[in-house]
Amino acid sequence: MSVLVQTSRAAGFRAALWAEWTKFRTVRGWMIGLVFAGLMVVLFTFLQANGKHTGYCTTPNPSSCVAGHQYVPTGPGGEAVADTYELVAKRLTGDGTITARITSLAGRIWAGPANEAPSPANTQPGLTSWAKAGLLVTPSTKQGSAYAAVMATGGHGVRFQYDYTHDQAGLPGSISGSAPRWLRMTRTGDTITGYDSRDGTNWHTVGSAHLANLPTTVYVGLLATSPTTSQGLATRATASFDHIAIGPLTDRAAQPPLGSWHGVSIGTGPREAYTTLGNGGYRRAGDAMVVMGSGDIAPAVASVGGDTASDSLLFGLVVALIVLIVIGTIFITSEYRRGLIRTTFAATPDRGRVLAAKAVVIGGVGFVVGAIASAAAIPLGEHAMNANGNYIFPADPLTIARVIIGSGALVALTAVAVLGIGTILRRSAGAILVGVVVFVLPTFTGPRILGPTSSSSAATWLYRATPAAGFSMLGLLPRSGLVSYPYTMSNGYYPLPPWAGLLVLVAYAAVAMFVARAVLQRRDA
Amino acid sequence: MTDALHAEWTKLRTVAGTWWLVAGAVALTVTASAGIAASTHVSPGGGGQDPTKLCLIGVDLGQAVVAVLAVLAVTEEYGTGMIRVTLAATPRRAVMLGAKAVNLAGLVLATGAPAVAGCLIAGRLLLPAAGLDPAHGYALVSIAHGPTLRAACGSILYLGLIALLSLGIATVVRDTAVSTGVVLGLLYLPPLLAQLVSGPWRRHLQQIAPMTAGLAIQATRNIRSLPVSPWAGLGTLALWAAGMLLIGLAVVKARDA
Repeated sequence: MSVLVQTSRAAGFRAALWAEWTKFRTVRGWMIGLVFAGLMVVLFTFLQANGKHTGYCTTPNPSSCVAGHQYVPTGPGGEAVADTYELVAKRLTGDGTITARITSLAGRIWAGPANEAPSPANTQPGLTSWAKAGLLVTPSTKQGSAYAAVMATGGHGVRFQYDYTHDQAGLPGSISGSAPRWLRMTRTGDTITGYDSRDGTNWHTVGSAHLANLPTTVYVGLLATSPTTSQGLATRATASFDHIAIGPLTDRAAQPPLGSWHGVSIGTGPREAYTTLGNGGYRRAGDAMVVMGSGDIAPAVASVGGDTASDSLLFGLVVALIVLIVIGTIFITSEYRRGLIRTTFAATPDRGRVLAAKAVVIGGVGFVVGAIASAAAIPLGEHAMNANGNYIFPADPLTIARVIIGSGALVALTAVAVLGIGTILRRSAGAILVGVVVFVLPTFTGPRILGPTSSSSAATWLYRATPAAGFSMLGLLPRSGLVSYPYTMSNGYYPLPPWAGLLVLVAYAAVAMFVARAVLQRRDA
Repeated sequence: MTDALHAEWTKLRTVAGTWWLVAGAVALTVTASAGIAASTHVSPGGGGQDPTKLCLIGVDLGQAVVAVLAVLAVTEEYGTGMIRVTLAATPRRAVMLGAKAVNLAGLVLATGAPAVAGCLIAGRLLLPAAGLDPAHGYALVSIAHGPTLRAACGSILYLGLIALLSLGIATVVRDTAVSTGVVLGLLYLPPLLAQLVSGPWRRHLQQIAPMTAGLAIQATRNIRSLPVSPWAGLGTLALWAAGMLLIGLAVVKARDA
């Protein structure tokens, strides 16, 4: 019996769904509207992407300015990275080990105006928390190469990091003459292991990394670097090392002798995107060494300047939202206006089922339009921005898929919510007004508040609490716990994680549908 | 003409929705202004703010309600078939549309006045807490200040012109939902687009789009750097409104009701 009831319920819903879909697809104006919405997404994405141009200057002289973007290296995992540091290294063949004691780590911060090129001439003392100095192994001195490093930092203790994104913590505390740190790294085959110690006798493993396809001969040495502060000021770090020992792991005569020390400044080309405070360098005295460097070895964030593949999508989607708000409203209000709703309820007396069928139809249509349009618009916009010299942060296919699904869901949820509002109000004008004010204007007002006034808290709340939070699904700018940077709305970062933002929009749609269902069941048609 | 005016006024006045929309327009405008003024925090040294423009920002939102009010004045007649009675009583299309426009403009101007006054009062009370006070070089918002008076009166006129523009569009489109969508799209999309495009396109867009051009009337500082001067901007909006009304008239004359 219960099986029978269930089957008939499912069949009833399928029939209602089919009826609603027939009503929808046979109105020519709505189909034209959908195609129009999709085309607008693509058209405006292209227009907006096409209007973005990037250029840069290597000196204050205007003749040195060229179109195009500065060089942002790509790490082994395909992500954008900062790879700018001072390395003093020897070439090591086969398995080996390096040990050093770091006795001081000090820094300088650019003290001049933010819009001037930083130079060491005008600085004040200060050490950023992610200033790094220690031992590093890398197969190549090309930017973006694989590496593993065990390092003392300005404010995060000893760290073992490899390939830009991986990080393990060692001994806490800052470096001083009375509290030095011993660091050691060994290479065994493809495995690099980092150790630290307070006294050079008791060693702890900080972490280890497996660097695939590590060549037999690698660079092994000392590094120093210091990233920009969270205010964007360039910095430089100076580290003193002693008790430096480097050699093969076992006394094997087969290994060729080590070469001499040589310094490499990595990432100092004229197209370098990372802002540094002067050039690095080193001084050597016996087994002691002072290394000075500026830059970072970490994931790149918005500070390097760059767009994302979804940056030009927003406006087109807003146009699609308005079209779907209008169609979602008429989908229910026209039934009231023409009295068709009485026929509908005569055919499907379960009103909740009618509402659900309408929601599935308008939501499905909205999703398909939003997803197809953004799937077409993203590569087009990316192509236009590339052609204009813009740097676009790399994004893997899964992330792009999230943006496409997000665009579809954004349009679908808005259409469903407006269907609910239309059901509650039964009047086109009111439903569209509420729809546009609640679902479109926060997105529109956000940047307007961001622009003229310096208050970003209002804009941040708009993207947290209003349906504009759904646009978090478009966020592609990379963020990293290893880089101190203000990840704020004004720097292009949405305050909510993508799926959390979409959940806010889901909540709005759910409330609208819930109230609509309650109202629909209580009153006459 | 007097009869037509009286007839249109009776229709406008006796529809329950009208007064809800009027109240909604005032409430939305003032609430939005007060909310944004209260949540603004200008850091010291964050110069170049325009307190008058900031406290009139609610007009951005309130205009949506005004637009709907204007759209409904036409589309409801088409929706219910009332338009056939109206045209039987007032066969001259120009008189009918003119009477609608005059009534609507009068009602919206009367709605705009308290809304704008509310915004200014909210701004005067709330903006000093945001750091826009005489201590930071910003005078209190005051109607005695020439540019502020111009911005306030201009904002009321702006709402009136938005109503006429919407009336024109609704006369052409005839359907409530589609008209509302077209009007709101025409108002809100160009400013959004202008923020996203760069170069001369942005300026041109701001010069011709009805909302950005019309709202230039609210600026009281850095007028030279505006894409369009205050009165020229309001004039642009007036051209939009006149143009849409004329198209509406031509369409109404040409087709059956």
